Amino acid sequence: MTDRIQHHGVDSLATSARGTDWILLSGFAALAAVYVRVIWFTPIEASQGSAQKILYVHATSAFVALYLAFALMAVASALYLWLRDETLDRVAESSAEVGLAFTTVVLITGPLWGKPIWGAWWTWDARLTATLFLWLLILGYLLMRGAIDDRAMRARFSAVLGLLTALLIPFIHLTVYLFRTMHPMPIVLKPSQPSMPPEMQWTFFPSFLALTLLFAGLLRARYRYATLRDAVLDMENAS
Amino acid sequence: MHDDARPPGILTASWLVARKDLAIEFRTRTAFLAAVVFALLGVTIFYFAWDSTAVAAMDLAPGVLWVIFTFSALLGLQRSFGVEQADRAIDALLAAPVEREAIYLGKALANLAFVVGVEAITLPALALFYNLPVGEVFLPLAGVAVLAAIGIVAVGTLFSSMAVNTRLAELLLPMLSLPFFLPIVMTAAQTTARLLAGRPIADAWPWLRILVGFDVVFIVACTLAYPFTVEE
Amino acid sequence: MSAPSHIADDSDVAVEAESLVRAFGGRPVVDGVSFTLRAGECLAVFGPNGAGKTTLLRLLSGLLKPSAGSCRVGGVVLRSGSRARAQVGFVSHAGMLYSALTARENVEFSARLYGLRSPADAARRALTAMRVADRSETPVRSLSRGLQQRVSIARAIVHEPRVLLCDEPYTGLDDVGSAALTEALTERRASGAALVVVTHNLGEGLALATHAAIMRRGRFARYEQRGGVDATSYVREYRELVTTDA
Repeated sequence: MTDRIQHHGVDSLATSARGTDWILLSGFAALAAVYVRVIWFTPIEASQGSAQKILYVHATSAFVALYLAFALMAVASALYLWLRDETLDRVAESSAEVGLAFTTVVLITGPLWGKPIWGAWWTWDARLTATLFLWLLILGYLLMRGAIDDRAMRARFSAVLGLLTALLIPFIHLTVYLFRTMHPMPIVLKPSQPSMPPEMQWTFFPSFLALTLLFAGLLRARYRYATLRDAVLDMENAS
Repeated sequence: MHDDARPPGILTASWLVARKDLAIEFRTRTAFLAAVVFALLGVTIFYFAWDSTAVAAMDLAPGVLWVIFTFSALLGLQRSFGVEQADRAIDALLAAPVEREAIYLGKALANLAFVVGVEAITLPALALFYNLPVGEVFLPLAGVAVLAAIGIVAVGTLFSSMAVNTRLAELLLPMLSLPFFLPIVMTAAQTTARLLAGRPIADAWPWLRILVGFDVVFIVACTLAYPFTVEE
Repeated sequence: MSAPSHIADDSDVAVEAESLVRAFGGRPVVDGVSFTLRAGECLAVFGPNGAGKTTLLRLLSGLLKPSAGSCRVGGVVLRSGSRARAQVGFVSHAGMLYSALTARENVEFSARLYGLRSPADAARRALTAMRVADRSETPVRSLSRGLQQRVSIARAIVHEPRVLLCDEPYTGLDDVGSAALTEALTERRASGAALVVVTHNLGEGLALATHAAIMRRGRFARYEQRGGVDATSYVREYRELVTTDA
């Protein structure tokens, strides 16, 4: 009986997964549109030249990774420990993995932008360092998930690690910030953004929306995968 | 059950667990000796990893000290829940009428003794080999070492209990722990550098404040988190 | 499935399982087990591998949380740190000993965890009962498998539990060890403890039991009082029940 219900659930999930993922598709389309605008219809910044255009993907990816993906992971982790709902664990898992992708983009575009502007691929600036460590922490998180077979244990351990990571990031940021302020370093040109001209703003904010939409699409696809995978495991266990 | 038996309170139970762990470590001594030898090897290898005419040993020492402390601490932490896992002795602990928090605190206390023990041998050795003027600043330096050890142990004990339950076992522990040790290594090394340079402790206060904050936050968080990692 | 009816009052109920369910990843391993044992009674649980016997014991010891249903010891629900745990002893198939410590240190550590007034005396008594007192200063690592098992049993009975859970307790014991175990179990029952013994060995189990259960797919396929059971036909019926399942 339960088998039939599960079968049915998996079937309907599988059917919906086979259809076109419109959210994901429109996310990519929006990203493409934003890029067309970034490259051809946005003015070149006076002091930094065309390198500044990387801002539209770098800053926005950082925003998505930090304030959407990892915030969601931390919140889902906390809620999991409270409510013990497997859905929350799958949300945490999915947002960690999608967040990792966005963080990777941040870490790749950062040096690409930094080299022509700061003259160095990497600087140990507080934000960059915190992002690098977040990336390492999430890799560790996903590695740990892969090394635990028992699903309930995996969910509990992941939730604990997710929460501790959320506590750690402020400490890393604080110490690196202190490190930088107490050690005078060669002055690097920080891309300060006084007030962006309206044309740039009209590119900047839509790119936020495009990446947020892309994040939502990827998250949903990854979450669906996790749900299907667990349902299949349940069926295999039941038989 | 004995009619006059009274299950121990959280502090007594922690002490029992810690004493048991220290008895095991004292009996076998393997992990402690391994950690001390590792630390001393580290001290010598680091010395030759730099050109001593270009970089003064004084400037190297704080970094060397803290990198070595964290890595040798990992050796002790790895074994911490290994001894519980071997014959499922952890089950007997969990089935006993003691709080889970007491198990965590007891294990952490034993680990703290381990790490402080390694530090107590490594610090004088480093001072000797690197010609450090530790005489006047020995007490504050020892204080920083204990504060850092508390942070390392608070996080490491929890991760040790988690890591032994995974397929990666001891491989996972450094991967999970080291990012958490970054604020500890930075604050402790910065404070040590200032102390060795003969500057007043007040100069290091911004760093010490973060270190103490880290200790408090993670002792509380990890003690509360531990029961979630063992309940089945 | 005939549950024995009890008319006596509840005051001497030692352990009580009520529709215990435990699922792993959506699959129920223990699926609705209920029984009541009074002081001095012994339940023998038989069943093939994977029937859920060990999981049942882990639920009764408080090591696992039930997904549904409840388990009471002396009328109190088992919880982390609850005093109800102090009344349970558990002989698992793992020894649960520290190999670097001596037999005495292991048992004494347990006695202290249960807050016994004189842990050293209690440890000596338990080790003597299991006839390993002469090896009490030997590190567990250097003891043979059978002697380790005896120390492990001594550890489980040192606090004189009201409920003693045994997972295949006779496995690995020689004649002296088996006799010591039987004696210890009898002594525990005489002083008012209830026993749950999980075993493959029907003869061994039936010899001890006041109640017998056959577990299959997480449920008690049969559960009855020992008095109404003829050992020979029970063995035959057990075989039939277990083989029809496969």
